[in-house]
Amino acid sequence: MSSVAKKAAPMTVAQRLLDTPLARRSDGLRSFAVAAWLGWQIESNWADPFLFAVYSIARPIASALILVVMYSVITNGAFQEPIFPYIYLGNALYILVGSIIVGVSWAIIDDREHYRVAKHLYTAPINGYSYLFGRGLARLIIGAISVIITIVFGVIAFKLPITFASVDWGLLAISTALGIASLAGLGILVGAWTMTMARHFWSVGEAVSAGMYLFSGAIFPLDVLPAWLRWIGFLFPATYWLELSRRALLGPAAAGFETFSALSNGALLAILAAFTVVLLTGSWFFYRWALSNAKDKGLLDMESAY
Amino acid sequence: MTTQAAIQTRELGRVYKLRGTKRKEDPKELVALQGVDLTVEAGEMFGLLGPNGAGKTTLIKILTTLLLPTKGSATVLGRDVVSDAQEIRRSIAMVSGGETSGYGLLTVEENLWMFARLYGLESKVAKQRIGELMDVVGIADRKNSKISDLSTGLRQKMNFIRGFISDPDVVFLDEPTLGLDVSAARQVRAFVKDWMAKHPDRTLLLTTHYMAEADELCDRLAIIDKGKLLALDTPEGLKHRLQQDAIYKLRVAPLGHRPANGDGLIESVPGVRQVTVNEVEGASELTLILAGDDALGGVLGHLQGRGSGLLSLEKREPTLEDVFIDLVGRGLDVDTSHGDNGNGNK
Ligand SMILES: Nc1ncnc2c1ncn2[C@@H]1O[C@H](COP(=O)(O)OP(=O)(O)OP(=O)(O)O)[C@@H](O)[C@H]1O
Ligand SMILES: [Mg+2]
Repeated sequence: MSSVAKKAAPMTVAQRLLDTPLARRSDGLRSFAVAAWLGWQIESNWADPFLFAVYSIARPIASALILVVMYSVITNGAFQEPIFPYIYLGNALYILVGSIIVGVSWAIIDDREHYRVAKHLYTAPINGYSYLFGRGLARLIIGAISVIITIVFGVIAFKLPITFASVDWGLLAISTALGIASLAGLGILVGAWTMTMARHFWSVGEAVSAGMYLFSGAIFPLDVLPAWLRWIGFLFPATYWLELSRRALLGPAAAGFETFSALSNGALLAILAAFTVVLLTGSWFFYRWALSNAKDKGLLDMESAY
Repeated sequence: MTTQAAIQTRELGRVYKLRGTKRKEDPKELVALQGVDLTVEAGEMFGLLGPNGAGKTTLIKILTTLLLPTKGSATVLGRDVVSDAQEIRRSIAMVSGGETSGYGLLTVEENLWMFARLYGLESKVAKQRIGELMDVVGIADRKNSKISDLSTGLRQKMNFIRGFISDPDVVFLDEPTLGLDVSAARQVRAFVKDWMAKHPDRTLLLTTHYMAEADELCDRLAIIDKGKLLALDTPEGLKHRLQQDAIYKLRVAPLGHRPANGDGLIESVPGVRQVTVNEVEGASELTLILAGDDALGGVLGHLQGRGSGLLSLEKREPTLEDVFIDLVGRGLDVDTSHGDNGNGNK
C-alpha cells in the first residue's frame, strides 16, 4: 500500500465521521473515531510495506506451520483426522484473541509511558472507555487479516475441508461479533487494572492472551485437561467463540468433539452473549472505578521511566 | 460570562501516600498541599511562585482534574473538580514546560489535529487555528515533520500551542518556558500576553521559577511553599511589603565555610532579616534584607571580623525575588549548601 493512501484513507473516514454534528456532540463517538484513526497510524506505521507484510502475513503463517509440523510428527502425518482442521483453525482464530485484548489494553500503557500524552488525554473531554475501543480497532483489523490469510493458506496447502458454500456465514458473523465484543470488554478490564498500577512496561494483555491459549481449546479439546483446569477455559469467552466459529466453518465435524457436544449452537451463542453482556457492563463500571482510583493515587499521568 | 470566579479553592489539601518505603521510621505520607484558599477571577493572569516541591504542580493537577484532592474542595468555572470533571475539561487546557511528549510517528500537524478533534473542533476551524498557532511560534515550516524528528525545544513549542487549540476559557501553564532558549521564552511570553489581550474574558494560571516572568506577566501572584500559601497580592503589592526594609547587594572577598559556632553567621547580626549568598568567581555576593539602613553597620563590622573585605556595595529597590526570599527564607536559584544562607532570624 502506498503511504499516501495509507494515511489519507483513514484520515478522510475519520474526518467525515468527526464532522457530523453527532460526533461533535458525543464524547464517546468522537473519542472512538480519533482513537481508531490514531491506532491505525500507529499499527500501520511500518516505514516499509515489506515489514508490514512480514508482520501480518508471514509471521502467522510461520507459526501455523510450526504447529502443523508438530502435529505431523506426533500423529505421523494424520492430516485426514477431524482433529487436524480443528486445531489448525483454533490456532489461526486465536490470533484475533490476542489482537483484541492487547489492542484495547495496551493503549493505557502506551499513551502513559511511551508517548507520555496521558495528561493531555485526560484533561481533554474524552470518553476514555470508547477511546480504548477505538485504539483497539486497528489491531483487530490487522489481526483479522492475519486470520483470514492463515485460514486461506490452510485450505490451499493442507486441504482444510472448508468451501464457500459449506460455511455457516450467519453463525460465523454473530459469534464473531459477540466474541469481539466480549474480548474487548476483557481487554478493558485488563487495561483498567494496569491503569491503577505504577511502573508497568510490559503488557498484561499479552500475558493474559498467551496464558489462556492453552485453556481455550484452541489447539486441543478442553477435555484433555483435568476437570478442575477446564474451568479456566469455561470462564474465558474465547473458548465459546472458537467452538462456534469452528462449527460455522467445519460443520458437524467440529461439533463432534466431546467438550461441547452436548450444547447446541443456540446454547453456545446464549452463553457467549451472556459473557458479552457481563464483560461489557462489568468493564464499564470497572473502568470508571479504575479511573477514579488512578486519579486518587496520582497515577493517571504517572510516567514510570526516570 | 458570569461573575463567578474562574478558579476557587477552599481548604484544599493533598496528601500523597508514599510507596516503597523500606524502613519503618520512613514517613508514609507527604503533605503536598494544605489549607489552600485561592480565588482567581475570570480575566486574570495569575501566577504561582514557589521553590521546588512547593506543591505548584500538585495544585494544577487537581484543578485540571488529573488528581483528586484529599481535603477541601476546588471549582473551575463554578464546577467541582471531583464531581464535574468532564464539564471542566471542555473549557480548560494545560501545558507543562519541558514537555516533549506526543505521538512521535505523527507529524506536527497531525498531532495538533488529533487533539483539536478530541475537543470536538470542526475540521475547518481546527485546520485554520493550527495554521495560525504554528505561525505564531514559528514552527509552520515544520508542520509535516514527524515529531520524532524535532528538537526538544520544537516539540515543546508544539505542546505549547496544543494548549491553545481548543480556545480554552482557563489555561494552566506549568513552567511554560522551562528549557526554552531566551528568544523562544520571550516568544512564548509575548504570545501569552497577546492572547490574553485578545481574549480578556479568559483566565490564565501560570507557575514559574522566573521572577521576571511572573513580574512581567501576572496580574496577581501567590507565593507558595511547603504546600501552603504564604502571600497573595499584585507584584507591586508584594514589593511594597518590603518598602520599609533596606535591601543591599554586597560583594565581598570569599566568605569561606560556615563558622563553627552558629553565632558567627551574618543572620545573627541584629536587624538582618534575610541573607542569600552566591559564590561568584573570586568573591561572595550577598543579598541582604535589613530591617532598616542602620543595620548595615553591624553587617560590615561582622564581615570585617571574619576577615572578608568589602568589594562593592549597592542599595536597590525591592524585587519579587526579595519578597520571595523574605517569605520563603531562601531564593530560587541560590546555592543553598552554603552556611550563610536562608532561614535567618525574623
Ligand atoms: N505522585 C507523587 N507521589 C508522592 N509524592 C509526590 C507525587 N507527586 C508529587 N509529590 C511530592 O509532592 C510535593 C509537591 O510536588 P509538586 O510537584 O507539586 O511541586 P512543584 O511546586 O511543582 O515543584 P517543582 O518546582 O519542582 O515543579 C513534592 O514534595 C513532591 O515530591
Ligand atoms: Mg512542578
